Amino acid sequence: MSINRLKGGLIDHDAPLNFSFDGKKYEGRAGDTLASALLANGVRLMGRSFKYHRPRGVLSAGSEEPNALVELRTSARKEPNTRATGVELFDGLEAKSQNRVGSLAFDALGVNDLFQRFFAAGFYYKTFMWPAPFWEKVYEPMIRYAAGLGSISFQDDPDLYDKGFLHCDLLIVGAGPAGLAAALTAGRAGARVILAEEDYCLGGRLNAERQPLEDISGPEWVAKTQAELASMDNVRIMARTTIFGAFDHGVYGAVERAADHLGVPAADKPREVLWRIYSKKTLLCSGAIERPIAFEKNDRPGVMLAGAVRAYANRWAATAAEDVVVFTNNDDGHKTAGDLRAKGVNVPAVIDVRQGVSVAGETEILTGATIVDTKGRLGVKSVTVRLADGKTREIPCGAVAVSGGWNPNVGLTCHQNGRPAWNETIQAFGPGERLPVGQSVAGAANGDMSTHAALTGGAQGAVEALEALGISAKPAEVPAAEDAPVSITPYWHVAGAKRAWVDFQNDITVKDVKLAHQEGYRSVELLKRYTTMGMATDQGKTANVTGLAIMAELTGKPIPETGTTLFRPPYTPVAMGALAGRSVGKEFHPTRLTPSHKWAEEQGAAFVEVGNWMRAQYFPRKGETHWRQSVDREVLATRGSVGVCDVTTLGKIDVQGADAATFLNKIYANAFAKLPVGKVRYGLMLREDGIAYDDGTAARLAEDHFVVTTTTANAVLVYRNMEFARQCLYPELDVQLISTTEAWAQYAVAGPNARKLLQKIVDPAFDISNEAFPFMGCGEITVCGGLRARLFRISFSGELAYEIAVPTRYGDALMRRLMAEGKEFDVTPYGTEALGVMRIEKGHAAGAELNGTTTALNLGLGRMVSKKKDCIGNVLSEREGMAAPDGLALVGLRPLSSATIPAGSHLMAATGPIDAKHDQGYVTSAAYSPVLKTGIGLGFLKDGSNRMGETLRAVNPLEGGEVKVEVVSAHFVDPEGGRVRD
Amino acid sequence: MLIPHPLLGLRDAAEFTYLGDAALIERPEGDIENAQDVFHNYLFLRDNPAGEHRELWFHEQGDRSWLVVTRNTVTHEIIKAELARDVAIQKGRST
Repeated sequence: MSINRLKGGLIDHDAPLNFSFDGKKYEGRAGDTLASALLANGVRLMGRSFKYHRPRGVLSAGSEEPNALVELRTSARKEPNTRATGVELFDGLEAKSQNRVGSLAFDALGVNDLFQRFFAAGFYYKTFMWPAPFWEKVYEPMIRYAAGLGSISFQDDPDLYDKGFLHCDLLIVGAGPAGLAAALTAGRAGARVILAEEDYCLGGRLNAERQPLEDISGPEWVAKTQAELASMDNVRIMARTTIFGAFDHGVYGAVERAADHLGVPAADKPREVLWRIYSKKTLLCSGAIERPIAFEKNDRPGVMLAGAVRAYANRWAATAAEDVVVFTNNDDGHKTAGDLRAKGVNVPAVIDVRQGVSVAGETEILTGATIVDTKGRLGVKSVTVRLADGKTREIPCGAVAVSGGWNPNVGLTCHQNGRPAWNETIQAFGPGERLPVGQSVAGAANGDMSTHAALTGGAQGAVEALEALGISAKPAEVPAAEDAPVSITPYWHVAGAKRAWVDFQNDITVKDVKLAHQEGYRSVELLKRYTTMGMATDQGKTANVTGLAIMAELTGKPIPETGTTLFRPPYTPVAMGALAGRSVGKEFHPTRLTPSHKWAEEQGAAFVEVGNWMRAQYFPRKGETHWRQSVDREVLATRGSVGVCDVTTLGKIDVQGADAATFLNKIYANAFAKLPVGKVRYGLMLREDGIAYDDGTAARLAEDHFVVTTTTANAVLVYRNMEFARQCLYPELDVQLISTTEAWAQYAVAGPNARKLLQKIVDPAFDISNEAFPFMGCGEITVCGGLRARLFRISFSGELAYEIAVPTRYGDALMRRLMAEGKEFDVTPYGTEALGVMRIEKGHAAGAELNGTTTALNLGLGRMVSKKKDCIGNVLSEREGMAAPDGLALVGLRPLSSATIPAGSHLMAATGPIDAKHDQGYVTSAAYSPVLKTGIGLGFLKDGSNRMGETLRAVNPLEGGEVKVEVVSAHFVDPEGGRVRD
Repeated sequence: MLIPHPLLGLRDAAEFTYLGDAALIERPEGDIENAQDVFHNYLFLRDNPAGEHRELWFHEQGDRSWLVVTRNTVTHEIIKAELARDVAIQKGRST
């Protein structure tokens, strides 16, 4: 039974909705929020406070809500910290209160309230200091258990989230009277308009007020206006959409809660959409937020903002109680009293702190009076009022409607470092002078508090914004509306209160502000950080101004001098799901597949992610139970006959132009100018600071045409740097670059039978014999009867080897052909593991050696760096420290036992201490060599070239253990390099 | 953030990669006297102005041109965007 349900309002009294709160079943109406439905059902207690676990009820009727945070839904869709004031009721909604141990009415952590003096501002820093070991074992786990609001399901979110981009001439933030008048004006002028409203219906305060607009009600005018706007193709109305951030250059972030009002989103429809809105102009019509007055135990359920009480009565036909006392310092509080009475709610007293105020029709008005106490454990039962004559009177009531005045909602004006400015007339901060580019402010957000001022301000604001874009508009004619001036006497807190809350969400009382002042945290920024005022989900929307006004009072400075904290994005919390959009799970980043991927899958390959690429790691065969068995077999088969590996992922950059050779001479450390056509050369690239950063090959296909390869990891970076050199450093050179990594499928064909296999597919017109196509040769050929291809005789494995490239779309076919033709040689596909083992056996440097700290000298490639030419990095590569004679040098390492060497181990002398001071170097790569039948490793060793044969220890303090190793040449297999030339 | 690309008009900053101070265009020649000192200054010493700053952006998700963008580091206002190649040529790098 809905005991506090009134008549009228904007809810559908004939459309009941069932929902539950903390397991108890209730009935609401279509158009209700969770908060209004609970109030209508007589539920005032909705949560427990953060620190003291005090019973709390709803304070507001909007997104500023600090108290009524609830958990919605169950299992994977469970969502904590949702403001009950913004939750659109749907049938079957399950909601739970948070931050309690036991039931909401009896919260075991309510004992915190008894120890409140220990939980004052800064209590973490003071209370839990001693004894020191208690911090980790007792205090921290205890605080972690007690802290935080709500809980998460730890299950994957089953819903879809999406992202989108929108462009407009004018973005209007908020669809209250100002926003609607602005939208009418701009829409009629033909401008592209987006009207965004966080509420699920348009109208803002017009839905919450009783005064008519000329001859019709507020909601009727809203409906009429909305109908006209909806008929305009150039106006996009976005309800349930919060503009949460104002970013650079007129870009705004918005989250549209497309399906939050449904139990489950429709199939394939997103639950929320994150929009990036590119606006030429923005008119902020975000209204105002009421502020409370701090008085003794003003946090009891039933103590609410007066404007919210009025909104619940007028819009949602709900009241928190049958008897509502009003406490105010301004005329707006009286409006609430009048509206409540009109709805049949009893208002036993209006307590106005101002002297000598009279309001027409007001009978029980107590002027010059304040509330000095409240009673009621789980909800307010009475207030104690100190009258002007000093006497006190206890007034029974179920709710208190408090109005301390209205603060313009200036959050979005601050996102580009704009600072709100004090407005004396309304005794509040309005927008400052420096607004985000293209933004202007209208209506209550601009300090124009009456409905009339909002309507005309919105229309005029749109005219001015469009004028700047060269669009002429006429202000929409607006209906006659309420135009009362703001009449307010600033009043922030009732003096003498022991526990009067300023920030409900963070449990900050007037006393905490005083403590901060007393301990020297007097600037508003320090006040915020010391007390945590204004943090957490509500960002202090109802608390900040009051807190700093109290600080101003304590320091004796006026409020504008005391200053104010700024608001940062997001305006209200944005779900992580919306920020992630579709970039979740496998879609987190794109997956790049090699041309042979499908074929490799058919072979049952194991894959490894390399950047975005999926590369075949090894190809297990029947009976192989351990990856090492597969890898050892692949290595031996390649070295014994022939193996094929997909190396498409290596970066490929096409370099063309008359000055191509000159250009490569600049970007490689070694000489390229004289490389003959038809030849490939290994190339090393340095950073300008002299550190080696990438290596690869450059093949000269013609006088003016090279193909450069890069490592897989650096493909993007090398291309970027080459473009930098081309455009910024050497603009005079006639050279063009393009990345062709995806354009060519490329396979390494390695092993003594590599040539024999290739001869079966290379068209007979092309002679690839050793004489005609020697080591480091290259050429454009055709294969398989006319398919264009490129052949490079280069070897990473140390075997007779080629890399053959065909246009990517033939990559799959070429792999299948190589396998079919290679049957007679028992051709073996090999993956990245075997590739790695063979390059370590051969002593070739890779990513682990080119690790961003090593020079050409370290790598044993010092002689490659040309002294005769100016190339990127060569000047600074000769700096004293980088060319030290006893510097690190690349060596081979061989264990003296059957153990393998853990990569990452550090090298220490055979005896002596193991510490950083005695560090001799480190192991970069390690593997088991099936050829040598022993573990092998590569590493950097101080003065390594002169220490062959020495015994060292490879130590691994992190995991424990050490291996005795011998320093050997890095070329374990075929050190003379005869095989590649066969 | 939006960058006014001189060829393509307003583009979202997400299409670009940032490098740093446009002074990197003015790479010294390798064969000059005190080359190590000059290169040290070129590579490591930067002004850090609160205000107008000329900086290099690469249109990596676009036409792959390097731009010199003049941006106010305090307000993020973009005053100018030029092709870095044009800037380099103006600085005499084409000779």
